[in-house]
Order: sequence, then C-alpha cells, then structure tokens
Amino acid sequence: MAFGPHLLLATLEGLVNSAVLALTALGLSLVFGVMRVVNVAHGEFYMLGAVLAWWVASLVSGHPALGFLVALVVSPLIVGAIALASERLVLRRLEYNPESTIVATIGLLYIFQQAALTFYGPEARPVEAPFSYRVLLPWFGYSGYKLAVIAASALLLAGTWYMLTRTKIGLVMRATQYDRETAQAFGIPVTKVYAGVFALGAMLAAVAAVLTVPISQAHYLMGRDPLLLSFIVVIIGGLGSLRGTVIAALLVGLSDGIISVFYTPTLAKIIATLLVAMVLVFRPQGLFGTAAR
Amino acid sequence: MTTALEIADLDCFYGEVQVLHGLSFELRRGEVHCLLGRNGAGKTTLLKAIMGLVPARSGRIMLGARDLTRLPAHEVPKAGVAYVPQGRRLFAEMSVAENIEIGLMARGKGAATRENVLALFPILRERLKQRSGTLSGGEQQMLAMARALCLGPDVLLLDEPTEGLMPSMIAKIRETVEQLGERGVSTLLVEQRVDAVLPVADRVTFVENGRVRATVGVDEVRADPDVVKRYVGVG
Repeated sequence: MAFGPHLLLATLEGLVNSAVLALTALGLSLVFGVMRVVNVAHGEFYMLGAVLAWWVASLVSGHPALGFLVALVVSPLIVGAIALASERLVLRRLEYNPESTIVATIGLLYIFQQAALTFYGPEARPVEAPFSYRVLLPWFGYSGYKLAVIAASALLLAGTWYMLTRTKIGLVMRATQYDRETAQAFGIPVTKVYAGVFALGAMLAAVAAVLTVPISQAHYLMGRDPLLLSFIVVIIGGLGSLRGTVIAALLVGLSDGIISVFYTPTLAKIIATLLVAMVLVFRPQGLFGTAAR
Repeated sequence: MTTALEIADLDCFYGEVQVLHGLSFELRRGEVHCLLGRNGAGKTTLLKAIMGLVPARSGRIMLGARDLTRLPAHEVPKAGVAYVPQGRRLFAEMSVAENIEIGLMARGKGAATRENVLALFPILRERLKQRSGTLSGGEQQMLAMARALCLGPDVLLLDEPTEGLMPSMIAKIRETVEQLGERGVSTLLVEQRVDAVLPVADRVTFVENGRVRATVGVDEVRADPDVVKRYVGVG
C-alpha cells in the first residue's frame, strides 16, 4: 500500500481510538473535576462495561444488532448502579478524602477485576458487531462499524456538553465543582451530586467499552490501558475542561494510532508519556485547564 | 416584635478547638442586627453554623419552630435563610445570569423574584452574560447579594459586605439593607468596624472569644462610642 492510503488508514484507526478514549477520559475528568477524587478503578468500570455487554448480548437471541443495542443500554446502567453502590459504601464513608479515596479505589480495582475473573473467566470474548457493512474506499475497505463508533462518540460528547452547559443539572454540577460549601449554602445537595457524577463517569466508561467490544473483545484485564490513557488525556487537556479532554483525546488517540501503525505501539506510549511530562513541567494546569482557585 | 431567629447555648468546634462558647442571642423580625467583634471572635463561624456548614456540638438555632442544627446544610437555605459569604464566593467562572439562576433554584423561585432582584441592582441586568469573576468588586458584592435575595429569604446573613469597597458602593449596599428591613427580611450583619454599622443597624451584639458580651440598641452606641471599646476593644 502506498504511503497516502496507509496514512489514511492509520488516521482512521487513530480516530476510532480517540473516540473511545474521549468518552472514557471524560468520565474520569468529571469525577476528578467535580469530586476531586482520583478514581483508580475507572478502567475497571470500562472493563465491566465490556464484560457485561458480552453477557447481555449472549442472553439475547436473534439478530446481532438486537443483542448489541440491548447491551448498549443495559450494560452502562448496571455499571452505573455498581458505581453508585461503590460511592455510597466506600467513597462517602471516607468523606471523599483525596488520599484515602486513591487507596480505596485501588481496592475497588482489584475487587472488580477478581469478580470478573471469577464470574466471567480468563477468556477474551467478542460481541458481534451490529452490522458488518464495509465502506469501500479506492485503496481499501474500511469497517462501517468503526466509523459508526466515531459518530456515536461524537454524539455522546455533544450530549454531555449540552447537559453540562445548558441544563440545570449541569449548572448544579459546575457549582459543586467550583465551590462545594457555597453550593450547599444554595440548597445544592452536594452528596447527591457526587453520587450522580460518580455514576455518570462510570457509565461514560461503560458506553465507551460497549462500543469497543465488537472491535477488540472483552477481557478481565482490559481496563489498564484505558485507565492510563485517560489519566494522560486528563492531565494534558486540563482538569474539568471538556474541550481540553476532547482535544487531548484526539491528540493522544491519533498519535497512538498513527505511530502504532508506522512504528510500534510502545513508541506511541513513550511519546504520550513524554507529552504528559512536558505539560506537567510547562503548563501544570493542562492545555485548556484553568489554574486552581 | 416577633423573633425571626433564636440562637441558644450554641457550642461549635473546629476539630478540638472550641470557637463558640454557649452563644445566645435573638434576631427580631425585620431588624438589622449587627455582630461586632474582632478578627477571630467567631462571627463568621456563627454564620456558618447557622447555615449548617460548621456543625453545632450543642445548642439550638431556631428558625420559627424549626431547629436548623438538625437539618443537613443544603436544607437550611430551603428553610428561608440566605447567605452572603465573606469574600463573596461567587461562582466566578459562571456568568452573572447563571449565578442568579443558582439562587433562584434553591427555593424554586421564578421570573417574578428575578425581576424584583434585578430591579434592586439594575447594573447587573447589563452584565447578565458577563463572567462574574470579571465584574468589579462592588458589582461582585451586588451579585452576591442578588444571588442570596433570589431565595426570597426571611433571614439574610451578610458577612462583611462592605469590605474593600469604595464609598459609593458601600452606600448602595447600605441602602439595600435598609430596604430589606421594610420588606420584612431580617438581616444579620457581621462587621469589624463600628462606623460601617452605625448607619444601618437597629441593634448591635458584641462578640468576643466566641461569647456574647452584650446586646445594645444602636442609639446607645451612637450616644456613647466608648461602649465599643469597653466590650470588644475595637473602634
């Protein structure tokens, strides 16, 4: 294949990466931004989303699109419920203390991982894509499903943006993020907001995972890379900045896709990590973040 | 005169340090009641305790028949107490309109309240889309008061509202506080300087080391400015 088409292919792969990454990282960023909780178990919510998607899809008979669509709705809901329970049973009892919650979410990480190993097993299993249409380009055919993933992610990001900036729920979330005490003085039930944000963050990761399983299979250890990359994206993009998260996800996802195709995936990770180091040195608040108040 | 807010035997702690010691006083309906005391006397802590932001170890804070110390912090504003914190604490990255919206949401108030409040502070109407952090100090203070008044409160807590403002702004804030009394809003005003208090207050309570030293009518303070020195050693 000539260089041009090869680059196009790599770019498309990178965009699919970016699309999934942006959703996952946005979940992490919301939790980090509003609750000041570093959720180390975020990648496991992603993994649970994928594993539950396989389980749900395997229960539904008939056309594969039906199983996938049911999974796309049910799996994030279950993950959201699990996150809500974790928030109530663990994080709230620690009063959201930044250090304690890091340790606690490391614990949650192992609990979720081992639970998945116990109930789901060590196998990697795919969920069948809802459709197998291939887009024929002059140089190669490309999976229509992957293009749909990009579109779905863009839609979900736009929806989240709309919710954050244009609705009362978003206003309440932002008020809690800026000043928890003053928010309470204006009748905002901060602990309920926290619970909702934690569930929402986990559900975004789960949706991203469901979109991924037809491409990359569900496995109980699949949460590690998304966690690492999400942290990279949040650090580069800046805390609590949706725009920063999306742009950083594009940057990291595209470079990961392109560099992986032409060189090696390891080099892609090295460069992303180097970028994080540079951002931390020269612009600690992230490219689009605002300095801490 | 009926009582709007009654505080009885209130003890508050920061960790192991006791900040308020059996503090008691009452806020009458429609009055402007000033708490005067030195830095660190516990005035701000008292306001935070009323809002439920600092827990009360013992004692009662009665708003009518309701004991506010039994409510979670976010229920206190819904009961009708509005708070203008020290340093204003606006949601600085949000627009003026959004700050006002948060005030309205607290007790489900609508367009009528919004119009009333904007009529009090017409300058804010011209700034609705502006990021509130970019307003001038005086405008920020007006917005902080507007946000609180959007609750349609029975009791308003003001923590050093004139701190760092120019005289024309101080006059505007003072004028607003006077108008509130006429509408039946009871105001609890925290200040460090007695000259900021004399023109607006009906009564003054002197606070020292977390205890009430005395409550006197403002005429008494006007007639004998030395009373301030006697109670709290500030002028």
